[in-house]
Amino acid sequence: MIVNPDDLSCKELVELVTDFFEDRLSPSVRARFEMHLSYCAWCRVYLAQMRETVQLAGRLSEETLPKGSKEELLRAFRDWKRERGGEP
Amino acid sequence: MSWTRAIMIPICQPLQAPHIESGSPSGSPCPQTHPERHEDELLDALRSGDEAAFTTLVDKHHASMIRIARLYVGSAAAAEEVAQEAWLAVLQALRRFEGRCTLKSWIFTIVANCAKSRGERDKRVVPLSSLVQEDEDGASVPPERFLGEGHPRWPGHWSQPPEAWTDDQLVSRETLQAIAGAMETLPPMQRAVMMMRDVEGLESEETCQVLGISEANQRVLLHRARSKVRSALERYLHEGEDPSWAPR
Repeated sequence: MIVNPDDLSCKELVELVTDFFEDRLSPSVRARFEMHLSYCAWCRVYLAQMRETVQLAGRLSEETLPKGSKEELLRAFRDWKRERGGEP
Repeated sequence: MSWTRAIMIPICQPLQAPHIESGSPSGSPCPQTHPERHEDELLDALRSGDEAAFTTLVDKHHASMIRIARLYVGSAAAAEEVAQEAWLAVLQALRRFEGRCTLKSWIFTIVANCAKSRGERDKRVVPLSSLVQEDEDGASVPPERFLGEGHPRWPGHWSQPPEAWTDDQLVSRETLQAIAGAMETLPPMQRAVMMMRDVEGLESEETCQVLGISEANQRVLLHRARSKVRSALERYLHEGEDPSWAPR
């Protein structure tokens, strides 16, 4: 296969991944991006890894934090309620 | 600049967001975001002093608030204090919440502002906003992993391509610790953006509001952050390198 001079290189593609995910590529660049992916298995791996990185980061929100502050917050909430009285 | 407790609450007022169309007084969400479905009801209940509504909100956001506060302050204990303080600010400002943005991003803005003030008061951190220009020009992947521009057939294509990660690698507890470690080593603003977008699941517009940055800047920072974290994970998964080492 001969690379067309208009084709993106892998080096260019890796800089555009977030814009691709965010749908911020112009239609022509997006087309070149997708064209490149259609023949480059390595960039497909790279793209998958960027996606996996995002998904893994999302799992960090599952980490549990020590509680114990809730009582204190509820007390603050009751104070707030009392202070503002019958205000709507 | 010195920040005092006295001026902190006013800073924690809802941000003006001129790029967002104003919602109805009952707090209708920004058009371009995906708010929680029951936000209006929750807000009404909260304003009428419903304790269960407050508890729901605390359960939902307290952990996130501590993580956000941790971006600006030096210790976990200080972050917890800031989160507590932010809840008080939220309650005090609740009446003024206009629904120009989601309740979540409004609350996160308040905690970020409180944490910023606290961080500056403690002189623990450089204000994040002064670091927006950090390190934006680096390559996502080291250039030596690509063939040179003069290559006759494949200029700029992979010479050392990435190897796919396995499902086993992705679900392991250690990988999760590795990504947490890798995020820790990011420059502060990149870490903040990746935290908001990928950990807390905010939309880009919400992230810009909370951190006070432009959309374009947010995207650059996000790209730098994700690229570095991917690289760190790659080195960890294939070379066993400690992810808490600074990304190259």
